[in-house]
Amino acid sequence: MDLGALFGNFDNFLSFTMGGLVFGAIYALIALGYTMVYGVLQLINFAHSEVFMFGTFAVAWVFVLLHGTESATWSLGKALPILLVALVAAMLVSAAIALLLERFAYRPLIKKNAPKLIALISAIGASFALSEAMGLRDRFAGWFGLDDNLADYVSPDKARDVYSNPVTIQPTNLFKIGGYSVSDVDLVIIVAALVMMIALDQIVRRTRFGRGIRATAQDPEAAALMGVNSTRVVQGTFLIGGLMAGAAATLYMMKIGSTRQDAGFILGVKAFTAAVMGGIGNLRGALLGGLLLGVMENWGAAVFGSEWRDVVAFVLLVLILLVRPSGLLGESLGKARA
Amino acid sequence: MTTVRTFVGNLGENWDRTVDRYNAQSKPVKILLTTLFTLFFFALPLLRPPVLTTEGIDFGSVMFRVAAFALVALGLNIVIGYAGLLDLGYVGFYAVGAYTTAVLTVYHGSWPFFLALPVAIVVTMITGVILGAPTLRVRGDYLAIVTLGFGEIIRICVTNIEWLGAAAGIKDIPHPNSIGPNPEGPFADKRGLFDIPRLEWDGLIPSLDHKRATHFLTFGSGDAIPYYWLLLTALLLVLFADRLIKASRVGRAWEATREDEDAAELMGVPTFKYKLMAFALGAAIGGMSGSFFASGQGGYINPQSFPLLLSMLFVAAVIVGGSGNRWGAIAGGALVAYLPERFREFADYRLFFFGLALTVLAVWRPEGLLPPRRTRRAKSVEAKIEALEEGEPV
Repeated sequence: MDLGALFGNFDNFLSFTMGGLVFGAIYALIALGYTMVYGVLQLINFAHSEVFMFGTFAVAWVFVLLHGTESATWSLGKALPILLVALVAAMLVSAAIALLLERFAYRPLIKKNAPKLIALISAIGASFALSEAMGLRDRFAGWFGLDDNLADYVSPDKARDVYSNPVTIQPTNLFKIGGYSVSDVDLVIIVAALVMMIALDQIVRRTRFGRGIRATAQDPEAAALMGVNSTRVVQGTFLIGGLMAGAAATLYMMKIGSTRQDAGFILGVKAFTAAVMGGIGNLRGALLGGLLLGVMENWGAAVFGSEWRDVVAFVLLVLILLVRPSGLLGESLGKARA
Repeated sequence: MTTVRTFVGNLGENWDRTVDRYNAQSKPVKILLTTLFTLFFFALPLLRPPVLTTEGIDFGSVMFRVAAFALVALGLNIVIGYAGLLDLGYVGFYAVGAYTTAVLTVYHGSWPFFLALPVAIVVTMITGVILGAPTLRVRGDYLAIVTLGFGEIIRICVTNIEWLGAAAGIKDIPHPNSIGPNPEGPFADKRGLFDIPRLEWDGLIPSLDHKRATHFLTFGSGDAIPYYWLLLTALLLVLFADRLIKASRVGRAWEATREDEDAAELMGVPTFKYKLMAFALGAAIGGMSGSFFASGQGGYINPQSFPLLLSMLFVAAVIVGGSGNRWGAIAGGALVAYLPERFREFADYRLFFFGLALTVLAVWRPEGLLPPRRTRRAKSVEAKIEALEEGEPV
């Protein structure tokens, strides 16, 4: 343990905090998917991590499609046009996967009014299948004789390895906060996450659709009697969760630049932790939980060594749940007032 | 397809009928049937039935894995099925049991296995109490994520702590003591008490294979079958204890807590105490299975042996089998361990198909393959009431 590494120098302290915020923003965006579905259905959407993972691949594929496979290092400004296309593609792909999940893994169970545990099992199964489908994409392409044509996308025989974005985005340092040089990439990630969270929060609070979500979260039967189409609402929540996961995937690829078929798993667990910490079912809680988790984890990594990062995250979760069992901001999506 | 559907659909009723028919027999017949049934499972890796037997991998070690999973599922069934607590970090207890055994028998001591086994069980049980005492007070859904975190914490700890062998793991874990005329020392006679030949099938014609016989109760690295026998014996003991507990006051308290915690508390059931008890008992059985795993044929464990994925598989085993029914849990555990080994030729695809199968099964048969009788009865009564309310003839 080395408290000096974190607190000995104020510049270091700031730089760990900033680094944590950047990751926290990504956690928060993924956490949205968990929190919305939980708020409406009281189900842990275990397969949401795979929704995110498909988004990261979509980003890399767009770069391969529009740029080619030779590796290059671009500034953020130069990569921006392709990044925007990638953002749209990732959001679409993730949303499509989320809707597929809803249709095939959840809706039949909701109709049967099955116990929650079963929905979790169904989601775990779907999560395995999706992650493995990505790891076997070369085989599936091979079935149609397309693995040569699509070699850049399916990476034959290496489908399970790390798949990198050919374009590395070189961050430019804009200004310094203490010892931490804030780069344009960091700034974009934090600002984009904040903007999307605020927009979503407003949608849930102010629009007709948002009212439907809140009504269904409060009391599904009463909402149905008042003319809310609950299937639509559930679909909508999955759609929004997918869109946000796609956005998170784009930001993640900007920062990290490579992905894998199992990249979603640990990130998904962390995002769920963030959602629970903030109070699951609570959109603002997801933001707070995400940022807090990112920062605390980075501090923990500084003090105890980076191999203990995940342990710090989980211990923090347990402590918060013990003191405040419903999360930091309380847990109801339905209670959000307009 | 429809025949499969009706078969699976009627699985519960058929099972009930079989159990009823068994219960209607007179005592000597019952004892005979039970003995035959048990013997069949003990002999299974020697009989090597043609369709069941796995190819390319030793059937004995597959059966060991199957029995280990069945034992874990039986333990997890207490936590999930009886007490209704969702534990997503069960692999943590499995790991604690395995590491306790490894540390005591080879790494920091040289205890014999049968001394380390009870200690491992007690240590895991204490771990379960330590984890359960604070977390069982939080709501059910959160318990899932807290236990998930616990499983990860255990794995990261054993990866990073040098005292526990770190990433390299612990190897050369001693096997359980062999029984025979002269099992130890430089002039060891490794042949055990007597030899049991195994069957070799040529198509459907069996023949005895004397060359590759199993030495009775010699725990070596060549043959997995004695380990399987040991584990199966443990499984039977646990099954027996499980039966007693389920039928006792404790079992009823668990059931009441699972169905409605507030109502149970009002009726004077100290729910927290019973939940903690279920958690600790489940943990102990997981630790026991882990202990057997550590000192198994390979005698080697490392942090990669305990991925989070394994927890998911365990939970899947219990739910697929029908949570709350001990036979269902055993069948689920056995299936989850066996199917991937049997269909090794699809090795690359097996996790994919496993995932698909899990989803299809959950959607298609939410109550599991073999749900407890009570669940089925409640369901049929519900259907009847609904029909009455709708005014349809029943």
